[in-house]
Amino acid sequence: MIEARNVSKWYGRFQVLRDCSVSIARGEVIVVCGPSGSGKSTLIKCMNGLEPFQQGEIAVDGISVGDKRTNLPRLRSRIGMVFQSFELYPHMTALDNICLAPEKVLKRSRAEAEAKAMGLLDRVGLADHARKHPAQLSGGQQQRVAIARALAMDPIAMLFDEPTSALDPEMINEVLDVMVALAREGMTMVVVTHEMGFARKVARRVVFMDEGQIVEDAPTEQFFTNPGSDRAQLFLSKILHH
Amino acid sequence: MSYNWNWGVLVSEPYLGWLISGTQWTLAIACLAWIMAFTLGSLIGIARTTPIGPLRWLGTAYVELFRNIPLLVQMFLWFFVFPEVLPRDWGRWVKRDLPMPEFTTAVLCLGFYTASRVAEQVRSGLNAVPKGLLAAGQAGGLTLPQIYRYILLPLGFRIIVPSLTSDFLAVFKNSSLALTIGVMELTAQSRQIENYTFQGFEAFTAATVIYCVITAIVVVIMTRVEARLRVPGLLGRQQGAL
Repeated sequence: MIEARNVSKWYGRFQVLRDCSVSIARGEVIVVCGPSGSGKSTLIKCMNGLEPFQQGEIAVDGISVGDKRTNLPRLRSRIGMVFQSFELYPHMTALDNICLAPEKVLKRSRAEAEAKAMGLLDRVGLADHARKHPAQLSGGQQQRVAIARALAMDPIAMLFDEPTSALDPEMINEVLDVMVALAREGMTMVVVTHEMGFARKVARRVVFMDEGQIVEDAPTEQFFTNPGSDRAQLFLSKILHH
Repeated sequence: MSYNWNWGVLVSEPYLGWLISGTQWTLAIACLAWIMAFTLGSLIGIARTTPIGPLRWLGTAYVELFRNIPLLVQMFLWFFVFPEVLPRDWGRWVKRDLPMPEFTTAVLCLGFYTASRVAEQVRSGLNAVPKGLLAAGQAGGLTLPQIYRYILLPLGFRIIVPSLTSDFLAVFKNSSLALTIGVMELTAQSRQIENYTFQGFEAFTAATVIYCVITAIVVVIMTRVEARLRVPGLLGRQQGAL
């Protein structure tokens, strides 16, 4: 489904991604973790072309992301993305946030888009908040609206960029619950997160990154019990002890 | 100082008629120039934020040219110099056949000048929209024009309503410069009343009051606009609620 081969990226002379290769099959859930500045977010932003990269190749459902001839908006419309700081459109209600792209990109009728949006809001437990603006919702609620917004496009895969990092601790679970349900339904997901509980529960594989490199790409159980690299071991010992 | 106050001139004919006619010309110049400035300025402001190099360059050139020459000089340039540098036939048409040449020139000159100021406001408003929202729009599959239409412009304009109000007011005040090329607007009529009656204090007091009333109306209108566009949690808080 998503295939990255030898992807390298530079900001000026600073190399943020070094030769990253990873492959995500249909229905697979993988968690990408690693210390901050290791290039996790950059890597998944390359997957839908939000960040350009200079070397290597990424293909989503067989379509090359880096190819200049690729219709990026069209490709992106098939991949859902959830951001660390939600990025809901502040001038629109929750409902309008969800309906915008289906109406304008997929050319669905307002009624159709709205019916689908209401269904999704119900699914993330926010049907009563459809007419509220983002500022009137809590962080956890905003992030759930953002997930619904991405799902409204019937994506073939979902990218999550640290979806719970900006949340108060008590709101993290309401977002993770939605993501776990989604994973169990068979959605293809790439999740950048430090929520190791989530990784253990639903991830098939864990990809560990450091200094722009994929240091380890291992089945979840193996990653936690017997990580192959010292760097991953150190990382785990630091975040799992609490 | 012995000055014979005579407020009566203001309500006696033909002077009352002059004031009314002057006010009408002032309103006509300012409103037409504002419509032109708002339209042209918005387009140029948008051009300056696009990823398209030549458009940005053109926008910058326009703004720097029209913003950096004193308005009074621009008035003279358009009225006296511009027809001379045109190809002969066009120049002759401007001098001989342009309908209401002083008025038309004043509107165009003020419109071009104010557009450069509006363009700067629009540019700063668009740039003030958080980059994450742009990414969210892209991730949803929206094309660049759609991102402008549904995300950047609605938010950018909301941000600049208060500062646009200042430019809207400036148009009314700057329209007084039209008297230098012979438009009998409010300031010119006041001066004419002084010349005929030697009641300059009364005449200019009347002009002052009329300008103040016009600008007060503009402020009220713009405050309403601001209130209508207010979005929960976004800019435009109630006064005093910091």
